[in-house]
Amino acid sequence: MTDKATITLTINGKDYAIAVEPRRTLADAIREDCGQTGTHIGCEHGVCGACTVIVDDAPVRSCLMFAVQAEGKNIRTVEGLANGDTLHPMQQAFMDNHGLQCGFCTPGFLMLAVGVLEREPNISDEDLIDVLSSNLCRCTGYQNIIKSVRAAAQEMRK
Amino acid sequence: MSAHTKGSGGDGMKWVGRSIRRLEDPALVQGRGRFTGDLPSARWVRFVRSPNAAGTIKSITAPEGAMVITAADIKGVKKITPMLHKFNYKPVGQPILADGEVRFVGEAVAAVVAASEEEAEDIADLVEIEIEDTAAVVDGRAAIEDGARQIHPEAPGNVILKGEAKTPGFDDVWATAAKIIRCDARSHRQNATPMEARAAHAAYDPVSGRITLHCTAQMPHLMRTAIADCIGMPESDLRVIAPDVGGGFGQKMSLCTEYVLVTWLARHLKTSVAWTEDRRENLIASFHSRDQYVTLEGAFDKDAKLIALRADVLSNVGAYSCFPTTCGVEPLMAMAEMPGPYDVQQYQCLARGVLTNTCTMAAYRGVSRPVITFTLERLMDKAAKAFAVDPIDIRRRNLITQFPYKSAMGLEYDEASYRETMEIAVEAINMPAFRARQQLARDKGEYLGIGFATFSERTGYGSPAFAARGMAITPGWETVHVTVDPSGFVEARIGSSPHGQGLRTTLAQIIADEIGVPPEMIKVIHGDTDTAPYGWGTFASRSLVISGGATLIAARKIRAKLLKIAGHMLEAAETDIVLEDGKAKVAGTDRDISIAAMAREAYTQTHRFKGEIEPGLTESGTYDPPGTFSNACHVALVRLDAETGHVKVERYLVAEDAGRIINPMIADGQVHGGVAQGIGNALLEEIIYDESGAILTANLADYMPPTAHEIPSIELHHMETLSTQSITKAKGLGEGGTIGPPAAVLNAINDALTPFGVEIDTIPATPQRIRALLRNAERAT
Repeated sequence: MTDKATITLTINGKDYAIAVEPRRTLADAIREDCGQTGTHIGCEHGVCGACTVIVDDAPVRSCLMFAVQAEGKNIRTVEGLANGDTLHPMQQAFMDNHGLQCGFCTPGFLMLAVGVLEREPNISDEDLIDVLSSNLCRCTGYQNIIKSVRAAAQEMRK
Repeated sequence: MSAHTKGSGGDGMKWVGRSIRRLEDPALVQGRGRFTGDLPSARWVRFVRSPNAAGTIKSITAPEGAMVITAADIKGVKKITPMLHKFNYKPVGQPILADGEVRFVGEAVAAVVAASEEEAEDIADLVEIEIEDTAAVVDGRAAIEDGARQIHPEAPGNVILKGEAKTPGFDDVWATAAKIIRCDARSHRQNATPMEARAAHAAYDPVSGRITLHCTAQMPHLMRTAIADCIGMPESDLRVIAPDVGGGFGQKMSLCTEYVLVTWLARHLKTSVAWTEDRRENLIASFHSRDQYVTLEGAFDKDAKLIALRADVLSNVGAYSCFPTTCGVEPLMAMAEMPGPYDVQQYQCLARGVLTNTCTMAAYRGVSRPVITFTLERLMDKAAKAFAVDPIDIRRRNLITQFPYKSAMGLEYDEASYRETMEIAVEAINMPAFRARQQLARDKGEYLGIGFATFSERTGYGSPAFAARGMAITPGWETVHVTVDPSGFVEARIGSSPHGQGLRTTLAQIIADEIGVPPEMIKVIHGDTDTAPYGWGTFASRSLVISGGATLIAARKIRAKLLKIAGHMLEAAETDIVLEDGKAKVAGTDRDISIAAMAREAYTQTHRFKGEIEPGLTESGTYDPPGTFSNACHVALVRLDAETGHVKVERYLVAEDAGRIINPMIADGQVHGGVAQGIGNALLEEIIYDESGAILTANLADYMPPTAHEIPSIELHHMETLSTQSITKAKGLGEGGTIGPPAAVLNAINDALTPFGVEIDTIPATPQRIRALLRNAERAT
């Protein structure tokens, strides 16, 4: 398992040429090999969703994907959400609606919500809660996360 | 926020009381938070943990060439031995690595050090530990049975702690009771489950010889004191930094063996060494909570008035006692606070902490009150049923309404609003409409229920409260240094150490009102023993009360100094000067001067002030308050599926009173989060051990924190009874949300279960448990 594969990951439009063992998860590669530590790891078994990133337009749990599987794909992480100094409507909505407390699960929720709303801008309230229930937050009680995502959905539809 | 204010009224503040956006957020939403696990390291540690709950270590075999540390390698490192000087406490020490014996599944037996996490994991898989197994003692009741195997020789009968209290005249009053009502409650074991598990990163600086330890801690200063003490190193050679911390909820308050070892390794190897806990480790080997049996009996007179209360609290504290609170954290708080918001002057309590072969129990948000409130509120509902009075009415008859109130245990309750918050909740719920809906539903075979929980929460208590417990460590006070720098920007260095509570923002609001600069110009610096004053961190709903009080004291001193400077510079009487919008203004004139200009003078032109002020603009405040009491009434409406035993919380209402609210948005967020954890405690979350002491809930699919699906929108109503025991008039509210739900939800489930003639007094009230009750009821009919 210790033979390393040389791959290139494209994260937020930038290429990272790295050498990783085939068993290395995408989450570890993003954080440790590419230095993008905004993506967090909460459970490493696919339940908590803290490590959610967008791969080719779909939100995925980066702890359940190997880095080698992501080669050639377009990876987006929380660091790439803002446009320069202008925050993404989702980031702004989380700040405006107190959608975060400790902030550890926040990048995962942001990427989950952005990924889903880009594909389904008119998602129903019921489906939205269904989607958001795939990530865990221990601080907010979800209420303000749901409120934030609804507010951002409105903004993103404009 | 609905405003019902009791107390001295508003002070015309500009920033306090406003829902301003958090200063913490811009970095966190951009992935620029800095967490311990983000740091690169030269060496990584993987702990090899005991697969056995009890037994003797016969051998540890390491792969050739690997660096594997065992107890034998760290002989000079002291055990963690928390101390209490009362309550028949038996001090037992916890070795940093299991030494000779293992006492719970997950106890660290060896530590592998390697160049990467993966390599360390690979080697750890190859380390062979031979343990001669002994029968485990897992359950708290089994631990005190005659002949139960001793967990530690120092604590005979496995009782590590025993507190007893009885008011004079108890027996006489008890004998006059019209009815004795009894509740046998069981709270299963739970885990705080912060989204960021524990992590430590210790780096050696070859120039100074100092170690910098980044770790996920709620009390960085005490971590430094305790770790330096264990290792036997000068405390000033250790710098502890709690950077961004991904939730604590009490779990990150206690000293863990892993941090001691990581620090020791960095010192020993003269390099950087890191450990990031995985979720399995967090669930099996961090700290657990809530594992209790409580028997509560209430003596009621003929009018359903509670006249005496008797409690037996048995806490399964696990294999060791936690530092600094000791394992008395749950049973002793239960003993002190069991009567809660009810007026009862006769009280008897036996509170025991018992040792078992399970993970150590420590603080978890709410500490003891979720369980005592659930038990006490079940007792009230049972009494209501026995006396055929309404559950709300029995509370009306018994809640404390006269303040200050001295409890049977001698606690001084300052003014609170137990009755008022309940009445707000009753009105908001519309009980007649609910009862009608409930009846209609029942007719269709659907089961709805409503449950109330009223409680008091002792918050923001200072060092005398911890001293009363006989603690060798008495946290309580806080110190804050406020500086206006020569450019007019402000920094507050605080001993408290928040991890998600928004304290940077709320403290900035307090300062902003005193010295007239906007919160954006105020930086709150915390969590670093090199740059923040010694303090006790964040736990027990204390930071806003105690650190907020110290902040106010320091800010008032700065204010006084600024007024003096302005008086000189504007040639006006200090009493005519107001500080606002970043300026000192002479009231009724157009004369003003910026605070930045005054600050510059305070550093560079001190001769102008004729010796009336000290140079510079730094002031300190220290605050050690007696403590206050927050309160709330929680109401849960549930729908019970009798076929599956599944419970859905359909509506949740909180009417709460935490004194003055500094930032309503942040306050609401604290309540929401607390309620969600409390609903998890009530319905879902359970650490399960099998009979051998193996843990069956070692991942988040088995240990189930609630998701967005399980948590309803929470309806909040506020009262503000301005505290006379806190100089900001704020009471704490970090934990309150967590305290009410087990009681409210269980009462609601039992209301829904009424047609079946069964009751549940166990949390979590899982579908399996509810179905078992219903099956028995079906068999009986």
